[in-house]
Amino acid sequence: MAKRIDVNDLNVYYSKFRAVEGVSINIEPKSVTAFIGPSGCGKSTFLRTLNRMHEVIPGGRVEGEVLLDGDNLYGPGVDPVTVRSQIGMVFQRPNPFPTMSIKDNVLAGVKLNGKKISKSDADALVEKSLRGANLWNEVKDRLDKPGSGLSGGQQQRLCIARTIAVKPDVILMDEPCSALDPISTLAIEDLINELKNDYTVVIVTHNMQQAARVSDRTAFFNIAGTGKPGKLIEFNDTATIFSNPEQKATEDYVSGRFG
Amino acid sequence: MSAMTTSERRNTATPPTGPSRKRNSLAKGKLPKWAVPAVAGGSIILGAAGSTLTGFNVATFAIYSAVIFLVAASVATTVVEGKRRGKNATWTYLIYASFILALIPLASVLYTVLEKGLPGMNMHFLFSSMNGITGAVDNQTVENGTPVLGGAYHALMGTLLITLWATVISVPVGMLTAIYLVEYGKNGPLARAITFFVDVMTGIPSIVAGLFAAAFFGLLLGPNSRMGIVAAVALSVLMIPTVVRSTEEMLKIVPNELREASYALGVRRWRTILKVVIPTAISGIASGVTLAIARVIGETAPILVTAGIASNINLNVFANWMSTLPTFIYYQIMTPTSPTNVDPSIQRAWAAALLLILMVMALNLAARLIAKLFAPKKGR
Ligand SMILES: Nc1ncnc2c1ncn2[C@@H]1O[C@H](COP(=O)(O)OP(=O)(O)OP(=O)(O)O)[C@@H](O)[C@H]1O
Ligand SMILES: [Mg+2]
Repeated sequence: MAKRIDVNDLNVYYSKFRAVEGVSINIEPKSVTAFIGPSGCGKSTFLRTLNRMHEVIPGGRVEGEVLLDGDNLYGPGVDPVTVRSQIGMVFQRPNPFPTMSIKDNVLAGVKLNGKKISKSDADALVEKSLRGANLWNEVKDRLDKPGSGLSGGQQQRLCIARTIAVKPDVILMDEPCSALDPISTLAIEDLINELKNDYTVVIVTHNMQQAARVSDRTAFFNIAGTGKPGKLIEFNDTATIFSNPEQKATEDYVSGRFG
Repeated sequence: MSAMTTSERRNTATPPTGPSRKRNSLAKGKLPKWAVPAVAGGSIILGAAGSTLTGFNVATFAIYSAVIFLVAASVATTVVEGKRRGKNATWTYLIYASFILALIPLASVLYTVLEKGLPGMNMHFLFSSMNGITGAVDNQTVENGTPVLGGAYHALMGTLLITLWATVISVPVGMLTAIYLVEYGKNGPLARAITFFVDVMTGIPSIVAGLFAAAFFGLLLGPNSRMGIVAAVALSVLMIPTVVRSTEEMLKIVPNELREASYALGVRRWRTILKVVIPTAISGIASGVTLAIARVIGETAPILVTAGIASNINLNVFANWMSTLPTFIYYQIMTPTSPTNVDPSIQRAWAAALLLILMVMALNLAARLIAKLFAPKKGR
């Protein structure tokens, strides 16, 4: 559990368009890393390359390597499905499966893969995952109700529960709080703090305070102009990025002078 | 000086309050509630009068009344409520009129079929075939005034079996095609070619589909190749494009986020399609399939050339000729069992028509039920 990620000189393309250029970054295990940067600079794109979700988009391709504890995700013979079961992802908009109950949503990773699981194991896994996502107390009496009947914040935590139920090594989150109210946001930030004990967490956020609150290290991405590729400008301890950045662009961005 | 201006301003700005309120300057005239019914009543009387002038009949009566009402109601609204409201009224009544116009054929078909079909609809009709019912039997019936003998059981079973087999063939083929188009083919050359041919298939006249199936099985099996399954193949040629189209539309509206959510859990694509995409779309797919069945269940020509016609019960679609309700109706009308006493045949034909309409209605209801039943559950 909790593996490190090392990215070496990664270029990410949508067909001909290079969206991200030359990113190298080392993400420590059991830490929270935040990606910040102006809209369109390729944060989501880059994040999705970390569990091979980028290639789901037609024309999406990648050059360079991403090492998970030393194993290249993009090496020949690597099955993206294996990668994704080790690196989970939480999306910007909560997307529970509408046809499934809360319980089945949590068990989705197991059940959709056709794995057999005994009833008692399933119940235990559901409880553990929902507790892990701070949702258990709110839904324990209605596990058989549809997941789409929850509030947005609860749905997002359900999606996190669903992700940790498959016991990944790394959890990627793309603006997980952008559709949520401040209370739900706090609940998720608390959760991220706890997840750090067991998982490597990478989070994209537009909220500087959030990045400052939850992350250990912060990566600032920027883009030179429309149609240009996004680049990693600076990557350092969160405290350094926000108080004493090396790059002028980083300072401008975190102090709100642009973007 | 300044005090005077203030008081003047106040006078103009605040409307007088109290019981003697002046008319709201925002409001326009409004027709009283009784006006439209009154105009309608007047139009009906005038319409009746006008129609009587030229020799009363229902059609002219209805047309005159409608036109008079339309003009009178629009003019009244324009005069009292203003131009825009008047236009609104004109179009509203025009839309009502066309709706009623569209309903007339439906209502009259239902009425006619019920009127003519109900007398022949009974247990005997539902559960016996035409086996042994000859012209002599019908002549006897008419002479003695006894209930009509012979029924459509064989045709009913034929319809059920042939459509069942057609569904069994076209649903997998159609669904798999749609899945390929939406999930795998994207917009590649093969997918475009398939879409094109599905469009072409949509336009194939049903008799051509029938001839195709007959010729195809004729080549395979030789001359004695008329049987239920050939008809089922002909019908599935007609059904497949409908199934493909409706399934495709339903799969397309499944949000991509659900697919990505599933992939991100490490679920393979085919499992994602099978367990996430299709369950999410199943209600729409199921009702699309049901409507496709309803569309082919009334086909006549392709059945005649593929399954022939039979008067006995044949429950085996893989051998011998078979009747369905449409071919039964066709034969009862075109070649009455007794050429001299056609009434029993006509009665049987209408009863079968009623049965067919009931089946189609049941299918449409089933489609709605299925859509409700399978729809993703909402609520807490
Ligand atoms: N499916 C796609 N096809 C083609 N280009 C895309 C696609 N998705 C994103 N892009 C482009 O890639 C670039 C990076 O987009 P990305 O979504 O990664 O930005 P982002 O940093 O996540 O922005 P935001 O903060 O607004 O979410 C943008 O120029 C965008 O237009
Ligand atoms: Mg983004």
